Amino acid sequence: MTNSLAIISRDRIRRGLAALPWAVACAMLAYAFIAGGYFVTIMSFAMIYAVFIIGLNVFMGFAGQVSFGHNAFAALSGYTSAILTATYHWEPIAAFAVGLGLALLVALVVGWPTLRLKGHYLAMATLAIGLIVYEIAIQWQSVTQGYMGISGIAPLGIAGYEIVSDGGKLFALLVIVMLSTFAAARLRASRFGRALAAIAGSEDAARALGIEVARYKLAAFLVSAAYAALAGSLFVHVVEFVSPEVFGLHMVILAFTILYVGGIGTIGGPILGAVIVSLLPEVFRGLKDYQDLFYGAGLIFLLIYAPKGLAGLGNLLSRGGNTA
Amino acid sequence: MTLLSLEGVTRRYGGLVAVDTVDLDVAEGGVTAVIGPNGAGKTTLFNLVSGFQKPNAGRIVFAGEDITMRLPEQIAASGLVRTFQLVQLFQNLSVLENIQVGCHLHTRGGIFSALMRSRATRETEREVDARARELLDFVGLEGAADSEARALAYGQQRLLEIARALAAKPKLLLLDEPAAGLSADESKRLSAAIRDIARRGTTVLLIEHDMKLVMNTADTIAVMDFGRKIAEGTPAAIRENPAVITAYLVAGHA
Repeated sequence: MTNSLAIISRDRIRRGLAALPWAVACAMLAYAFIAGGYFVTIMSFAMIYAVFIIGLNVFMGFAGQVSFGHNAFAALSGYTSAILTATYHWEPIAAFAVGLGLALLVALVVGWPTLRLKGHYLAMATLAIGLIVYEIAIQWQSVTQGYMGISGIAPLGIAGYEIVSDGGKLFALLVIVMLSTFAAARLRASRFGRALAAIAGSEDAARALGIEVARYKLAAFLVSAAYAALAGSLFVHVVEFVSPEVFGLHMVILAFTILYVGGIGTIGGPILGAVIVSLLPEVFRGLKDYQDLFYGAGLIFLLIYAPKGLAGLGNLLSRGGNTA
Repeated sequence: MTLLSLEGVTRRYGGLVAVDTVDLDVAEGGVTAVIGPNGAGKTTLFNLVSGFQKPNAGRIVFAGEDITMRLPEQIAASGLVRTFQLVQLFQNLSVLENIQVGCHLHTRGGIFSALMRSRATRETEREVDARARELLDFVGLEGAADSEARALAYGQQRLLEIARALAAKPKLLLLDEPAAGLSADESKRLSAAIRDIARRGTTVLLIEHDMKLVMNTADTIAVMDFGRKIAEGTPAAIRENPAVITAYLVAGHA
Protein backbone atom coordinates (compact mmCIF):
# COMPACT_ATOMS: atom_id res chain seq x y z
CA MET A 1 0.00 0.00 0.00
CA THR A 2 2.65 2.47 1.06
CA ASN A 3 4.66 1.25 -1.85
CA SER A 4 1.97 2.01 -4.42
CA LEU A 5 1.41 5.38 -2.77
CA ALA A 6 5.09 6.09 -3.16
CA ILE A 7 4.88 5.19 -6.83
CA ILE A 8 1.88 7.46 -7.35
CA SER A 9 3.52 10.43 -5.69
CA ARG A 10 6.74 9.73 -7.57
CA ASP A 11 4.78 9.73 -10.80
CA ARG A 12 3.15 13.01 -9.79
CA ILE A 13 6.47 14.63 -9.04
CA ARG A 14 7.75 13.43 -12.39
CA ARG A 15 4.80 14.92 -14.24
CA GLY A 16 5.11 18.07 -12.21
CA LEU A 17 8.78 18.40 -13.08
CA ALA A 18 8.03 17.82 -16.77
CA ALA A 19 5.33 20.50 -16.72
CA LEU A 20 7.31 23.04 -14.68
CA PRO A 21 9.46 24.57 -17.45
CA TRP A 22 6.38 24.75 -19.73
CA ALA A 23 4.42 26.52 -17.03
CA VAL A 24 7.24 29.02 -16.53
CA ALA A 25 7.60 29.61 -20.27
CA CYS A 26 3.86 30.11 -20.81
CA ALA A 27 3.63 32.40 -17.79
CA MET A 28 6.53 34.52 -19.03
CA LEU A 29 5.02 34.85 -22.51
CA ALA A 30 1.61 35.73 -21.05
CA TYR A 31 3.24 38.24 -18.72
CA ALA A 32 5.02 39.83 -21.68
CA PHE A 33 1.69 40.56 -23.38
CA ILE A 34 0.30 42.11 -20.19
CA ALA A 35 3.36 44.00 -19.01
CA GLY A 36 4.60 45.14 -22.41
CA GLY A 37 7.71 47.30 -22.70
CA TYR A 38 11.18 45.88 -22.22
CA PHE A 39 9.90 42.43 -21.38
CA VAL A 40 8.15 42.10 -24.77
CA THR A 41 11.48 42.78 -26.45
CA ILE A 42 13.22 40.08 -24.40
CA MET A 43 10.53 37.55 -25.30
CA SER A 44 10.55 38.59 -28.96
CA PHE A 45 14.29 37.95 -29.13
CA ALA A 46 13.69 34.63 -27.38
CA MET A 47 11.18 33.64 -30.08
CA ILE A 48 13.60 34.59 -32.87
CA TYR A 49 16.30 32.51 -31.21
CA ALA A 50 13.80 29.68 -30.85
CA VAL A 51 13.29 29.60 -34.65
CA PHE A 52 17.07 29.57 -35.16
CA ILE A 53 17.54 26.75 -32.66
CA ILE A 54 14.62 24.61 -33.84
CA GLY A 55 16.58 24.45 -37.09
CA LEU A 56 19.95 23.91 -35.46
CA ASN A 57 18.34 21.07 -33.50
CA VAL A 58 17.41 19.28 -36.75
CA PHE A 59 21.09 19.19 -37.69
CA MET A 60 22.67 18.78 -34.26
CA GLY A 61 19.94 17.06 -32.25
CA PHE A 62 18.26 14.83 -34.84
CA ALA A 63 21.24 14.06 -37.09
CA GLY A 64 23.93 14.33 -34.39
CA GLN A 65 26.22 16.67 -36.36
CA VAL A 66 28.00 19.82 -35.21
CA SER A 67 27.93 23.31 -36.69
CA PHE A 68 29.56 26.44 -35.29
CA GLY A 69 28.54 28.58 -38.23
CA HIS A 70 24.78 28.73 -38.59
CA ASN A 71 25.00 32.42 -37.68
CA ALA A 72 26.34 32.85 -41.23
CA PHE A 73 23.01 31.78 -42.74
CA ALA A 74 21.11 34.09 -40.40
CA ALA A 75 23.47 36.93 -41.40
CA LEU A 76 23.17 36.24 -45.13
CA SER A 77 19.40 36.28 -45.08
CA GLY A 78 19.16 39.07 -42.49
CA TYR A 79 21.43 41.38 -44.46
CA THR A 80 19.67 40.51 -47.72
CA SER A 81 16.34 41.43 -46.14
CA ALA A 82 17.82 44.61 -44.67
CA ILE A 83 19.45 45.81 -47.90
CA LEU A 84 16.58 44.95 -50.21
CA THR A 85 13.89 46.54 -48.02
CA ALA A 86 15.84 49.56 -46.71
CA THR A 87 17.82 50.50 -49.81
CA TYR A 88 15.64 49.12 -52.59
CA HIS A 89 12.21 49.23 -50.88
CA TRP A 90 11.33 45.62 -51.62
CA GLU A 91 8.47 43.76 -49.98
CA PRO A 92 9.79 41.92 -46.87
CA ILE A 93 8.53 38.55 -48.11
CA ALA A 94 10.20 38.93 -51.50
CA ALA A 95 13.43 40.06 -49.84
CA PHE A 96 13.28 37.02 -47.56
CA ALA A 97 12.84 34.71 -50.55
CA VAL A 98 16.10 36.04 -51.99
CA GLY A 99 17.85 35.84 -48.61
CA LEU A 100 16.68 32.27 -48.11
CA GLY A 101 17.89 31.31 -51.58
CA LEU A 102 21.28 32.86 -50.93
CA ALA A 103 21.63 31.11 -47.54
CA LEU A 104 20.69 27.76 -49.07
CA LEU A 105 23.12 28.25 -51.93
CA VAL A 106 26.00 28.98 -49.53
CA ALA A 107 24.96 26.04 -47.33
CA LEU A 108 25.04 23.79 -50.39
CA VAL A 109 28.49 25.02 -51.45
CA VAL A 110 29.92 24.54 -47.93
CA GLY A 111 28.02 21.34 -47.13
CA TRP A 112 28.46 19.40 -50.37
CA PRO A 113 32.21 18.73 -50.05
CA THR A 114 32.51 18.69 -46.25
CA LEU A 115 29.55 16.50 -45.33
CA ARG A 116 31.13 13.61 -47.25
CA LEU A 117 33.97 13.56 -44.74
CA LYS A 118 33.66 11.92 -41.38
CA GLY A 119 34.54 13.72 -38.19
CA HIS A 120 35.03 17.40 -37.54
CA TYR A 121 35.68 18.76 -41.02
CA LEU A 122 32.21 20.16 -41.30
CA ALA A 123 32.34 21.76 -37.85
CA MET A 124 35.59 23.51 -38.82
CA ALA A 125 34.21 24.56 -42.21
CA THR A 126 31.11 26.02 -40.57
CA LEU A 127 33.22 27.95 -38.08
CA ALA A 128 35.12 29.41 -41.03
CA ILE A 129 32.00 30.39 -42.95
CA GLY A 130 30.61 32.12 -39.84
CA LEU A 131 33.78 34.21 -39.50
CA ILE A 132 33.96 34.97 -43.24
CA VAL A 133 30.37 36.25 -43.41
CA TYR A 134 31.00 38.35 -40.29
CA GLU A 135 34.10 39.90 -41.89
CA ILE A 136 32.23 40.62 -45.11
CA ALA A 137 29.48 42.38 -43.15
CA ILE A 138 32.15 44.64 -41.60
CA GLN A 139 34.36 45.26 -44.64
CA TRP A 140 31.88 45.62 -47.52
CA GLN A 141 30.91 49.09 -46.35
CA SER A 142 29.37 50.33 -49.60
CA VAL A 143 26.60 47.76 -49.18
CA THR A 144 26.51 46.84 -45.49
CA GLN A 145 27.66 50.17 -44.02
CA GLY A 146 30.16 48.26 -41.88
CA TYR A 147 29.99 48.71 -38.10
CA MET A 148 27.45 51.52 -38.56
CA GLY A 149 24.86 48.98 -39.60
CA ILE A 150 21.71 49.47 -41.64
CA SER A 151 18.68 51.25 -40.25
CA GLY A 152 15.31 52.07 -41.80
CA ILE A 153 14.48 48.44 -42.47
CA ALA A 154 10.79 47.76 -43.16
CA PRO A 155 8.88 46.48 -40.14
CA LEU A 156 7.54 42.93 -39.99
CA GLY A 157 4.72 42.70 -42.49
CA ILE A 158 3.20 40.96 -45.46
CA ALA A 159 1.40 42.26 -48.55
CA GLY A 160 1.17 45.83 -47.32
CA TYR A 161 0.06 44.99 -43.77
CA GLU A 162 2.67 46.02 -41.24
CA ILE A 163 2.80 44.95 -37.63
CA VAL A 164 3.86 47.97 -35.64
CA SER A 165 2.92 47.23 -32.02
CA ASP A 166 5.40 45.28 -29.91
CA GLY A 167 2.65 42.95 -28.71
CA GLY A 168 1.59 42.28 -32.29
CA LYS A 169 5.16 41.45 -33.27
CA LEU A 170 5.51 39.05 -30.36
CA PHE A 171 2.24 37.38 -31.31
CA ALA A 172 3.34 36.98 -34.92
CA LEU A 173 6.67 35.52 -33.76
CA LEU A 174 4.88 33.14 -31.42
CA VAL A 175 2.78 31.84 -34.32
CA ILE A 176 5.92 31.38 -36.44
CA VAL A 177 7.62 29.47 -33.59
CA MET A 178 4.59 27.19 -33.28
CA LEU A 179 4.60 26.45 -37.02
CA SER A 180 8.36 25.90 -36.97
CA THR A 181 8.03 23.44 -34.09
CA PHE A 182 5.18 21.64 -35.82
CA ALA A 183 7.27 21.27 -38.98
CA ALA A 184 10.27 19.97 -37.00
CA ALA A 185 8.07 17.47 -35.15
CA ARG A 186 6.69 16.17 -38.45
CA LEU A 187 10.20 15.86 -39.86
CA ARG A 188 11.32 13.88 -36.83
CA ALA A 189 8.36 11.49 -36.94
CA SER A 190 8.96 10.41 -40.53
CA ARG A 191 11.17 8.21 -42.66
CA PHE A 192 13.41 11.25 -43.13
CA GLY A 193 13.66 11.88 -39.38
CA ARG A 194 14.35 8.25 -38.61
CA ALA A 195 17.17 8.23 -41.15
CA LEU A 196 18.72 11.29 -39.45
CA ALA A 197 18.39 9.68 -36.03
CA ALA A 198 19.98 6.50 -37.41
CA ILE A 199 22.95 8.53 -38.66
CA ALA A 200 23.27 10.10 -35.21
CA GLY A 201 23.25 6.61 -33.67
CA SER A 202 25.69 4.80 -35.96
CA GLU A 203 26.77 5.87 -39.43
CA ASP A 204 28.03 2.38 -40.29
CA ALA A 205 24.77 0.71 -39.28
CA ALA A 206 22.79 3.36 -41.20
CA ARG A 207 24.82 2.65 -44.35
CA ALA A 208 24.41 -1.08 -43.86
CA LEU A 209 20.64 -0.52 -44.02
CA GLY A 210 20.91 1.43 -47.26
CA ILE A 211 20.75 5.00 -45.92
CA GLU A 212 22.76 7.42 -48.07
CA VAL A 213 24.46 9.13 -45.15
CA ALA A 214 26.07 12.06 -46.99
CA ARG A 215 22.83 12.94 -48.74
CA TYR A 216 20.79 12.94 -45.55
CA LYS A 217 23.36 14.99 -43.68
CA LEU A 218 23.28 17.55 -46.48
CA ALA A 219 19.48 17.64 -46.41
CA ALA A 220 19.49 18.21 -42.63
CA PHE A 221 22.12 20.93 -43.07
CA LEU A 222 19.95 22.71 -45.66
CA VAL A 223 16.82 22.44 -43.51
CA SER A 224 18.64 23.95 -40.54
CA ALA A 225 20.14 26.67 -42.74
CA ALA A 226 16.61 27.56 -43.91
CA TYR A 227 15.47 27.98 -40.29
CA ALA A 228 18.54 30.10 -39.57
CA ALA A 229 17.76 32.28 -42.59
CA LEU A 230 14.20 32.76 -41.39
CA ALA A 231 15.45 33.77 -37.94
CA GLY A 232 17.93 36.24 -39.46
CA SER A 233 15.28 37.96 -41.57
CA LEU A 234 12.78 38.03 -38.69
CA PHE A 235 15.39 39.72 -36.51
CA VAL A 236 16.08 42.60 -38.89
CA HIS A 237 12.37 43.25 -39.45
CA VAL A 238 11.53 43.17 -35.75
CA VAL A 239 14.42 45.42 -34.67
CA GLU A 240 14.42 47.41 -37.94
CA PHE A 241 18.18 47.65 -37.64
CA VAL A 242 21.12 45.35 -38.33
CA SER A 243 24.86 45.45 -37.66
CA PRO A 244 27.58 42.78 -37.90
CA GLU A 245 27.56 42.22 -34.12
CA VAL A 246 23.98 40.92 -34.26
CA PHE A 247 25.11 37.74 -36.02
CA GLY A 248 28.54 37.44 -34.40
CA LEU A 249 30.13 34.48 -32.64
CA HIS A 250 28.22 35.26 -29.45
CA MET A 251 25.09 34.17 -31.34
CA VAL A 252 26.63 30.71 -31.75
CA ILE A 253 27.52 30.50 -28.06
CA LEU A 254 24.06 31.59 -26.97
CA ALA A 255 22.47 29.16 -29.44
CA PHE A 256 24.50 26.26 -28.04
CA THR A 257 23.56 27.24 -24.49
CA ILE A 258 19.87 27.35 -25.37
CA LEU A 259 20.05 24.08 -27.30
CA TYR A 260 21.63 22.17 -24.40
CA VAL A 261 19.64 23.85 -21.63
CA GLY A 262 16.38 23.31 -23.48
CA GLY A 263 17.19 19.72 -24.41
CA ILE A 264 19.09 18.75 -27.55
CA GLY A 265 17.22 16.37 -29.82
CA THR A 266 13.84 17.05 -28.20
CA ILE A 267 10.93 18.78 -29.90
CA GLY A 268 10.06 21.28 -27.14
CA GLY A 269 13.63 21.96 -26.00
CA PRO A 270 14.39 24.91 -28.29
CA ILE A 271 11.34 26.90 -27.12
CA LEU A 272 11.88 26.14 -23.44
CA GLY A 273 15.58 26.87 -23.70
CA ALA A 274 15.07 30.12 -25.57
CA VAL A 275 12.54 31.52 -23.10
CA ILE A 276 14.33 30.44 -19.95
CA VAL A 277 17.89 31.25 -21.00
CA SER A 278 16.68 34.70 -22.09
CA LEU A 279 15.37 35.26 -18.57
CA LEU A 280 18.56 34.21 -16.80
CA PRO A 281 20.47 37.49 -17.18
CA GLU A 282 17.46 39.26 -15.66
CA VAL A 283 17.29 36.78 -12.79
CA PHE A 284 21.00 36.91 -12.05
CA ARG A 285 21.32 40.66 -12.47
CA GLY A 286 20.67 41.14 -8.76
CA LEU A 287 23.79 39.13 -7.97
CA LYS A 288 25.92 41.86 -9.58
CA ASP A 289 29.57 40.77 -9.76
CA TYR A 290 28.68 37.14 -9.16
CA GLN A 291 26.15 36.81 -11.99
CA ASP A 292 28.50 35.10 -14.46
CA LEU A 293 29.59 32.70 -11.73
CA PHE A 294 26.02 31.68 -10.93
CA TYR A 295 25.11 31.53 -14.60
CA GLY A 296 28.01 29.17 -15.31
CA ALA A 297 27.42 27.04 -12.24
CA GLY A 298 23.74 26.73 -13.13
CA LEU A 299 24.59 25.53 -16.63
CA ILE A 300 27.07 22.93 -15.39
CA PHE A 301 24.59 21.68 -12.80
CA LEU A 302 21.88 21.30 -15.43
CA LEU A 303 24.12 19.52 -17.93
CA ILE A 304 25.26 17.00 -15.32
CA TYR A 305 21.89 16.24 -13.75
CA ALA A 306 19.58 16.74 -16.72
CA PRO A 307 21.50 15.94 -19.90
CA LYS A 308 18.25 16.10 -21.85
CA GLY A 309 17.76 19.64 -20.59
CA LEU A 310 14.56 21.27 -19.45
CA ALA A 311 12.47 19.22 -21.88
CA GLY A 312 13.71 16.07 -20.13
CA LEU A 313 13.17 17.14 -16.53
CA GLY A 314 10.36 14.59 -16.19
CA ASN A 315 12.84 11.75 -16.62
CA LEU A 316 15.02 13.02 -13.81
CA LEU A 317 13.47 10.61 -11.34
CA SER A 318 13.25 7.55 -13.54
CA ARG A 319 15.28 4.53 -12.66
CA GLY A 320 18.79 4.28 -14.04
CA GLY A 321 19.24 8.00 -14.53
CA ASN A 322 18.35 10.42 -17.29
CA THR A 323 18.87 8.51 -20.45
CA ALA A 324 15.53 9.31 -22.05
CA MET B 1 22.07 -21.31 -57.96
CA THR B 2 24.94 -19.19 -56.69
CA LEU B 3 23.83 -16.03 -54.90
CA LEU B 4 27.20 -14.66 -53.87
CA SER B 5 30.49 -15.48 -55.44
CA LEU B 6 34.00 -14.31 -54.58
CA GLU B 7 36.70 -14.73 -57.18
CA GLY B 8 40.32 -14.36 -56.07
CA VAL B 9 39.47 -11.69 -53.53
CA THR B 10 42.58 -10.25 -51.86
CA ARG B 11 43.05 -7.54 -49.24
CA ARG B 12 46.50 -6.44 -48.04
CA TYR B 13 47.48 -4.16 -45.17
CA GLY B 14 51.07 -3.20 -45.86
CA GLY B 15 52.95 -6.49 -45.83
CA LEU B 16 50.13 -8.43 -44.19
CA VAL B 17 47.73 -10.28 -46.43
CA ALA B 18 44.49 -10.36 -44.43
CA VAL B 19 42.50 -12.04 -47.19
CA ASP B 20 44.51 -14.01 -49.75
CA THR B 21 42.95 -14.87 -53.15
CA VAL B 22 39.80 -16.32 -51.65
CA ASP B 23 37.24 -18.03 -53.87
CA LEU B 24 33.90 -18.68 -52.26
CA ASP B 25 30.45 -19.51 -53.58
CA VAL B 26 27.38 -19.10 -51.45
CA ALA B 27 24.40 -21.01 -52.81
CA GLU B 28 20.95 -19.48 -52.70
CA GLY B 29 18.98 -20.76 -49.72
CA GLY B 30 20.27 -22.29 -46.52
CA VAL B 31 23.00 -21.29 -44.13
CA THR B 32 26.68 -20.98 -44.98
CA ALA B 33 29.27 -20.41 -42.27
CA VAL B 34 32.83 -19.10 -42.40
CA ILE B 35 34.96 -20.28 -39.51
CA GLY B 36 38.61 -20.02 -38.62
CA PRO B 37 40.96 -19.10 -35.77
CA ASN B 38 41.30 -15.50 -34.58
CA GLY B 39 43.01 -13.34 -37.16
CA ALA B 40 42.20 -15.69 -40.02
CA GLY B 41 40.66 -12.83 -42.01
CA LYS B 42 36.98 -13.59 -41.50
CA THR B 43 35.88 -10.11 -40.49
CA THR B 44 37.96 -8.50 -43.24
CA LEU B 45 36.24 -10.84 -45.68
CA PHE B 46 32.87 -9.65 -44.39
CA ASN B 47 33.86 -6.01 -44.68
CA LEU B 48 34.91 -6.61 -48.28
CA VAL B 49 31.65 -8.32 -49.18
CA SER B 50 29.51 -5.60 -47.54
CA GLY B 51 31.53 -2.78 -49.12
CA PHE B 52 32.99 -1.27 -45.95
CA GLN B 53 36.45 -2.10 -47.31
CA LYS B 54 37.62 -2.48 -50.91
CA PRO B 55 39.65 -5.47 -52.12
CA ASN B 56 43.08 -4.97 -53.71
CA ALA B 57 42.30 -7.68 -56.22
CA GLY B 58 39.48 -10.00 -57.20
CA ARG B 59 35.81 -9.73 -57.93
CA ILE B 60 32.66 -10.02 -55.84
CA VAL B 61 29.45 -10.91 -57.66
CA PHE B 62 26.08 -10.77 -55.91
CA ALA B 63 22.82 -11.87 -57.56
CA GLY B 64 24.47 -11.65 -60.97
CA GLU B 65 25.87 -8.14 -60.48
CA ASP B 66 29.47 -7.09 -59.86
CA ILE B 67 29.42 -5.28 -56.51
CA THR B 68 33.19 -5.15 -55.96
CA MET B 69 33.51 -1.37 -55.99
CA ARG B 70 30.04 -0.44 -54.72
CA LEU B 71 29.40 1.56 -51.57
CA PRO B 72 27.89 -0.16 -48.50
CA GLU B 73 24.53 1.60 -48.94
CA GLN B 74 24.37 0.52 -52.61
CA ILE B 75 25.18 -3.06 -51.66
CA ALA B 76 22.45 -2.96 -49.03
CA ALA B 77 20.03 -1.66 -51.65
CA SER B 78 20.85 -4.61 -53.90
CA GLY B 79 19.75 -6.97 -51.11
CA LEU B 80 22.84 -7.83 -49.09
CA VAL B 81 22.46 -6.68 -45.47
CA ARG B 82 24.92 -7.23 -42.63
CA THR B 83 25.10 -7.08 -38.86
CA PHE B 84 28.19 -6.12 -36.86
CA GLN B 85 30.47 -8.05 -34.55
CA LEU B 86 30.22 -5.24 -32.00
CA VAL B 87 26.48 -4.62 -32.02
CA GLN B 88 25.71 -1.33 -33.77
CA LEU B 89 22.25 -0.41 -32.59
CA PHE B 90 20.82 3.08 -32.75
CA GLN B 91 21.14 3.56 -29.00
CA ASN B 92 19.25 6.84 -29.12
CA LEU B 93 16.13 5.21 -30.56
CA SER B 94 13.49 2.90 -29.16
CA VAL B 95 13.57 -0.82 -29.93
CA LEU B 96 10.65 -0.43 -32.33
CA GLU B 97 12.19 2.57 -34.10
CA ASN B 98 15.41 0.63 -34.64
CA ILE B 99 13.50 -1.88 -36.71
CA GLN B 100 11.52 0.83 -38.48
CA VAL B 101 14.82 2.29 -39.71
CA GLY B 102 15.43 -1.13 -41.25
CA CYS B 103 12.41 -0.55 -43.52
CA HIS B 104 14.17 2.45 -45.10
CA LEU B 105 14.97 0.70 -48.38
CA HIS B 106 11.41 -0.43 -48.97
CA THR B 107 9.71 2.90 -48.41
CA ARG B 108 9.90 6.26 -50.12
CA GLY B 109 9.61 9.85 -49.00
CA GLY B 110 11.79 12.75 -47.93
CA ILE B 111 11.33 16.19 -46.42
CA PHE B 112 8.30 17.11 -48.49
CA SER B 113 6.26 14.01 -47.71
CA ALA B 114 7.26 14.31 -44.02
CA LEU B 115 5.83 17.83 -43.88
CA MET B 116 2.68 17.06 -45.91
CA ARG B 117 2.02 13.72 -44.24
CA SER B 118 -0.55 12.74 -46.85
CA ARG B 119 -2.90 9.81 -46.56
CA ALA B 120 -0.45 7.65 -48.56
CA THR B 121 2.41 8.60 -46.23
CA ARG B 122 0.34 7.76 -43.15
CA GLU B 123 -0.60 4.45 -44.73
CA THR B 124 3.09 3.63 -45.33
CA GLU B 125 3.90 4.56 -41.73
CA ARG B 126 1.23 2.12 -40.53
CA GLU B 127 2.72 -0.63 -42.68
CA VAL B 128 6.22 0.12 -41.35
CA ASP B 129 4.90 -0.02 -37.80
CA ALA B 130 3.11 -3.33 -38.42
CA ARG B 131 6.15 -4.89 -40.10
CA ALA B 132 8.40 -3.75 -37.24
CA ARG B 133 6.08 -5.28 -34.64
CA GLU B 134 5.92 -8.51 -36.62
CA LEU B 135 9.72 -8.76 -36.56
CA LEU B 136 9.79 -7.95 -32.85
CA ASP B 137 7.47 -10.90 -32.35
CA PHE B 138 9.74 -13.07 -34.47
CA VAL B 139 12.78 -12.42 -32.24
CA GLY B 140 10.69 -12.48 -29.07
CA LEU B 141 11.17 -8.83 -28.10
CA GLU B 142 7.52 -7.76 -28.45
CA GLY B 143 7.42 -6.72 -24.80
CA ALA B 144 10.29 -4.28 -25.24
CA ALA B 145 8.96 -2.26 -28.20
CA ASP B 146 9.08 1.10 -26.45
CA SER B 147 12.21 0.53 -24.38
CA GLU B 148 15.36 2.30 -25.38
CA ALA B 149 17.68 0.04 -27.36
CA ARG B 150 20.48 0.63 -24.84
CA ALA B 151 18.30 -0.74 -22.04
CA LEU B 152 18.25 -4.23 -23.56
CA ALA B 153 20.45 -7.07 -22.32
CA TYR B 154 23.33 -7.95 -24.62
CA GLY B 155 21.73 -11.05 -26.08
CA GLN B 156 18.55 -9.11 -26.81
CA GLN B 157 20.56 -6.39 -28.53
CA ARG B 158 21.98 -9.03 -30.88
CA LEU B 159 18.48 -10.29 -31.67
CA LEU B 160 17.29 -6.72 -32.24
CA GLU B 161 20.10 -6.12 -34.69
CA ILE B 162 19.11 -9.24 -36.62
CA ALA B 163 15.45 -8.18 -36.65
CA ARG B 164 16.48 -4.74 -37.92
CA ALA B 165 18.49 -6.31 -40.74
CA LEU B 166 15.52 -8.53 -41.66
CA ALA B 167 13.32 -5.43 -41.93
CA ALA B 168 15.39 -4.53 -44.99
CA LYS B 169 14.14 -7.78 -46.60
CA PRO B 170 17.60 -8.97 -47.63
CA LYS B 171 18.26 -11.71 -50.16
CA LEU B 172 21.43 -12.47 -48.23
CA LEU B 173 21.88 -11.81 -44.53
CA LEU B 174 25.46 -11.51 -43.24
CA LEU B 175 25.83 -12.22 -39.53
CA ASP B 176 29.18 -11.30 -37.98
CA GLU B 177 29.71 -13.51 -34.92
CA PRO B 178 26.09 -13.37 -33.79
CA ALA B 179 26.70 -15.68 -30.82
CA ALA B 180 29.59 -13.67 -29.34
CA GLY B 181 28.79 -12.91 -25.72
CA LEU B 182 25.68 -15.07 -25.61
CA SER B 183 24.97 -17.71 -22.98
CA ALA B 184 24.69 -21.35 -24.07
CA ASP B 185 20.93 -21.08 -23.80
CA GLU B 186 20.73 -17.85 -25.82
CA SER B 187 23.05 -19.30 -28.41
CA LYS B 188 20.76 -22.31 -28.82
CA ARG B 189 17.76 -20.04 -29.39
CA LEU B 190 19.82 -17.98 -31.85
CA SER B 191 20.60 -21.14 -33.80
CA ALA B 192 16.88 -21.91 -34.05
CA ALA B 193 16.17 -18.35 -35.18
CA ILE B 194 18.83 -18.57 -37.91
CA ARG B 195 17.39 -21.85 -39.18
CA ASP B 196 13.98 -20.20 -39.17
CA ILE B 197 15.25 -17.24 -41.19
CA ALA B 198 16.72 -19.60 -43.77
CA ARG B 199 13.53 -21.64 -43.90
CA ARG B 200 11.57 -18.48 -44.70
CA GLY B 201 13.75 -17.94 -47.75
CA THR B 202 16.55 -15.61 -46.70
CA THR B 203 20.00 -16.99 -47.40
CA VAL B 204 22.32 -16.61 -44.39
CA LEU B 205 26.10 -16.26 -44.37
CA LEU B 206 27.63 -16.20 -40.93
CA ILE B 207 31.03 -15.87 -39.32
CA GLU B 208 31.23 -17.65 -36.03
CA HIS B 209 33.59 -18.83 -33.32
CA ASP B 210 31.02 -20.96 -31.54
CA MET B 211 31.67 -24.36 -33.14
CA LYS B 212 28.60 -25.93 -31.65
CA LEU B 213 26.37 -23.25 -33.14
CA VAL B 214 28.03 -23.58 -36.53
CA MET B 215 27.84 -27.39 -36.61
CA ASN B 216 24.17 -27.31 -35.66
CA THR B 217 23.15 -24.43 -37.90
CA ALA B 218 25.17 -24.39 -41.12
CA ASP B 219 24.54 -26.43 -44.26
CA THR B 220 27.96 -25.57 -45.68
CA ILE B 221 31.12 -24.48 -43.89
CA ALA B 222 34.17 -22.70 -45.29
CA VAL B 223 37.31 -22.66 -43.15
CA MET B 224 39.84 -19.84 -43.24
CA ASP B 225 43.36 -19.73 -41.88
CA PHE B 226 46.00 -17.00 -42.42
CA GLY B 227 43.78 -15.28 -44.96
CA ARG B 228 43.30 -18.36 -47.11
CA LYS B 229 40.37 -20.68 -47.51
CA ILE B 230 41.70 -24.07 -46.46
CA ALA B 231 38.57 -26.17 -46.63
CA GLU B 232 34.92 -26.18 -47.61
CA GLY B 233 32.16 -28.72 -47.13
CA THR B 234 29.34 -30.05 -44.99
CA PRO B 235 29.72 -29.93 -41.18
CA ALA B 236 30.44 -33.67 -41.11
CA ALA B 237 33.17 -33.39 -43.75
CA ILE B 238 34.75 -30.37 -42.04
CA ARG B 239 34.90 -32.20 -38.73
CA GLU B 240 37.02 -34.93 -40.33
CA ASN B 241 39.22 -32.65 -42.46
CA PRO B 242 42.90 -32.97 -41.44
CA ALA B 243 43.82 -29.44 -42.59
CA VAL B 244 41.10 -27.96 -40.41
CA ILE B 245 42.12 -29.98 -37.38
CA THR B 246 45.73 -28.86 -37.81
CA ALA B 247 44.78 -25.21 -38.20
CA TYR B 248 42.73 -25.25 -35.04
CA LEU B 249 45.31 -27.21 -33.04
CA VAL B 250 48.20 -24.97 -34.13
CA ALA B 251 46.18 -21.86 -33.30
CA GLY B 252 45.48 -23.37 -29.90
CA HIS B 253 41.75 -23.82 -30.38
CA ALA B 254 39.75 -26.79 -29.23
